[in-house]
Amino acid sequence: MIKLKINGRDVSVDADADTPLLWVIRDEIGLTGTKYGCGIGMCGACTVHVGGQATRSCITPLSAVAGTSVTTIEGLDERDNHPVQEAWRELRVPQCGYCQSGQIMQAAALLKDFPDPSDADIDAVMTGNLCRCMTYIRIRKAVRRAAAANREVTSNV
Amino acid sequence: MVKTIIFGLAAFVVIALVGFAIYAHEPEIAPVANVDQLHFNAERVAKGRVLAAAGYCAICHTAEGGAPYAGNYPMETGFGTLYSTNITPDPEFGIGNWSEEAFLRAMHDGVDREGRHLFPAFPYDHFTKMNDDDVGALYAYIMSEVEPVKSDQKNNELPFPMDQRFLQAGWKLLFVNFGQFEAVAEHSDEWNRGAYLVEGVTHCGACHTPRNGLGAEEKSDQFGGATIDQWFAPALTAENASAIRWTASEFSNFLKFGGTPNHGIAAGPMGPVVHAGLRQLPDSDLKAIGIYLADKVGAPASDEVNSEILKASLAKGNPQKSDRWDQGARLYASACASCHYNVAQIALGRPDLGINSSTRLAEPDNLVHVILDGVGNEDGLAGVVMPGFRNSFNDEEVAAIAAYLRSSRTDKAAWTDLAGKVADIRAGRTAAQ
Repeated sequence: MIKLKINGRDVSVDADADTPLLWVIRDEIGLTGTKYGCGIGMCGACTVHVGGQATRSCITPLSAVAGTSVTTIEGLDERDNHPVQEAWRELRVPQCGYCQSGQIMQAAALLKDFPDPSDADIDAVMTGNLCRCMTYIRIRKAVRRAAAANREVTSNV
Repeated sequence: MVKTIIFGLAAFVVIALVGFAIYAHEPEIAPVANVDQLHFNAERVAKGRVLAAAGYCAICHTAEGGAPYAGNYPMETGFGTLYSTNITPDPEFGIGNWSEEAFLRAMHDGVDREGRHLFPAFPYDHFTKMNDDDVGALYAYIMSEVEPVKSDQKNNELPFPMDQRFLQAGWKLLFVNFGQFEAVAEHSDEWNRGAYLVEGVTHCGACHTPRNGLGAEEKSDQFGGATIDQWFAPALTAENASAIRWTASEFSNFLKFGGTPNHGIAAGPMGPVVHAGLRQLPDSDLKAIGIYLADKVGAPASDEVNSEILKASLAKGNPQKSDRWDQGARLYASACASCHYNVAQIALGRPDLGINSSTRLAEPDNLVHVILDGVGNEDGLAGVVMPGFRNSFNDEEVAAIAAYLRSSRTDKAAWTDLAGKVADIRAGRTAAQ
């Protein structure tokens, strides 16, 4: 039994220690918002947060995350209104949508570390999240919008 | 004439052996019954619990998946494989019938209750520095809180004559400075406290000091850095490979949190040293260790130089268009940059690989280990992990990333035979010496 938190809930998982976290999230826990893309940590579709850091769940073994706190797209915001999600909706970023939960999780982690990212910063961090519909331009715009929205919230406090 | 010489030599050898055997002889200390009925003061037990963590005794005295302190953890020594002993308070298989006097002798002199010399895989050459009170506290903790386990020690796999315990007396004579720690008057109390802990219970030198051909620490090269379990324990001297010099507070924070912005994270054999060990020391002791190690490493008086180095390294981390031509740079941009990229400052949990020792050491082992197997929650910063790319990249691809980091982020000479070294580490093979 390996214990961890997923979206704030304590879970005990009875699976082999080398089971990828992605399989645990999708098949054991039943949260299917996180997607399987390449399976080798090179496309970003499976991105979740572990301890607040964007992490590729398809190549992270269950044993590595024992005792950690994992957040998936379902747990990013209880009403799905994280500034990144709002920006994504406003700018209609997704096309087919398959990579988007990974994109959103990566973008949310990016803004936590870099509240006011330049385009170069956005590109450097988001390069590992592939989008076969080529929505990159809208992704970059939405990250900038979310950053601006964050700043507005901060200055209104 | 020849006969006389031969007889003479033979007689000399016999006398020398007998003399040495007498020298090496240590008496048995009588077993005690019912240690479990002794009453240990709770404060002493609590102190022993912290010291047991600081010495990370449980790591080497616990086999993978085994009961704590029940032994049989294999230690590859270069002379053969040794299995750690059962130090649970079981009277038959553990040390349950050891008196405090016997325990003290083992810790200070490397001799077990029966009078047999212990092999120096057990770092009594460090524990000899500990004062009687601390050793007594450890004894109190083990005897009263560790669960007794009936489990026999596996036979050591040492070739003759390495397996002859009485010969260990000679090793001790040559290499061990017995005796408790003596404070150095010219240094502060905190420095001395740090030195007492580092040279004694935390036995940092056991991994960070290179060893000679007979497996003893090279006293002239204390903390000079050494290979351990296919990893490199970096030098804790001015030779340290990090681009930014360690400071006292960075050392303390590294040991408390498992990582710092300027020095990355504790991985490999250092992971459990922090997580199962040193972080349980009180802040005052971690501060003292930091002060002592900062002195050893030659900490800078100010951070100014450091901030210039940091700025330069962060600038090198900005992606360049020309990176697209290099396989390692492309793989790095896709697989690594999302977490390792930094802007104006290094964010905790986003190690900057330009200043990190793993890209700057003489060998790529540490970097390759982390790329292949990542960093679990039992290593590094608590709660933060890095995935492993063992099944993502082949040896050439891992080598390409390592080569890219080495050439683009550091001014060090290129690593040689990188793909071969990746293959060795992937297979768990020890590289040919």
